[in-house]
Amino acid sequence: MRYGGDTSAVQVVGDDGTWLLLDAGSGLLHVTPLVPVEIERIDILLTHLHMDHIQGLGFFYPLRDAGVETHIWGPASAVRSLTRRLNRYLSPPLFPVHLRDLRSLQIHDIASDRFTIGGFEITSDLIAHPGPTLGYRIEENGKSLAYLPDHEPALSGREFPFDSRWTSGFDLMAGVDVVIHDAQYTEAEYAQRVGWGHATVEHARMLAMQAGVGELVTFHHDPEHTDDDIDRMLAAVDSGPLRVTPGQAGLELSL
Amino acid sequence: MTQEPIEVILLRHWASYMAIPIWICGPDGTLVFYNEPAEGLLGRRFDEEGEINTAELADLFVTTDLDGTPIPAADLPIARALSEHHPTHRHLRIRNGEGREVAIEVSAFPIEGQGGRHLGAFAALWEMTTP
Repeated sequence: MRYGGDTSAVQVVGDDGTWLLLDAGSGLLHVTPLVPVEIERIDILLTHLHMDHIQGLGFFYPLRDAGVETHIWGPASAVRSLTRRLNRYLSPPLFPVHLRDLRSLQIHDIASDRFTIGGFEITSDLIAHPGPTLGYRIEENGKSLAYLPDHEPALSGREFPFDSRWTSGFDLMAGVDVVIHDAQYTEAEYAQRVGWGHATVEHARMLAMQAGVGELVTFHHDPEHTDDDIDRMLAAVDSGPLRVTPGQAGLELSL
Repeated sequence: MTQEPIEVILLRHWASYMAIPIWICGPDGTLVFYNEPAEGLLGRRFDEEGEINTAELADLFVTTDLDGTPIPAADLPIARALSEHHPTHRHLRIRNGEGREVAIEVSAFPIEGQGGRHLGAFAALWEMTTP
């Protein structure tokens, strides 16, 4: 497979060596061998708690290493804490380890927030996807990355994407060097899946153009799409001045 | 201009498809969106004239109880939902700048977003056939 078959996980390493993990899908298994032995802290920014974005957590060994301070950040809920919601997966019978047994783990409930991790300035905001779902903007030393892996911006309204005030995700993406954005469907598929929480390649392109983004990395490929399908979807896009990079397992970008 | 919160964006999208008049106010009481059925009550089109601030809104209507007693702006359902953070329902009569008078019932709800954010209020209006 050229594009890969794992679910969402993105590693970000700062100029000062700070580690961020964006989501904890099955792709996290490929990150584990890269974790430096001497690392003292890892921060995992979850966009939401759908299984494809957290299923790698239970197999991420640094979580069980008492010498590594691990922070999980994720969307607040009006009803139940992030800890209690994560407990539904990270507990028997679905998983043999209890969250409460992970002594060096700290969990942070966030919504529209700004915070600092190492040299990173991070902005989180809720975006259009079923259930509380976050997008992130990560900035360091004048460089910027936005991460909106599950996003249906077309639900913003009939004027999408031309009215930035009324477009989900716009502020997170505005002027970033790179955006990693949902690009799951073709136009024909989306017509049958309005409200499912995902975008077409064209939606992602239009939004990136409107937001003045430098590079769009297409993400969250549909599991039923073959590599050839994805090639065709991307070939059909007239990217214009926008650089469009197909997201694929192992892709490395330097900002 | 800063992007609106996702809760308000989705609410506006929903309202744009509804056949009943819907108003959406921001936290400061500005009417940030009203749908096409609401345009008839207001006597103005959103696409042409945009949002309406509280002062302008107060000038647009004469609002009374069904018996004709004037209702202060702060006692209107959407104002109370905004200030008191709980739903409000009321029957009332409005007359707009075009002289159109109608009896309506209004249900207003505060927009309480994730993370404890107070994002405004919205109201659904229903024209009464037997006031």
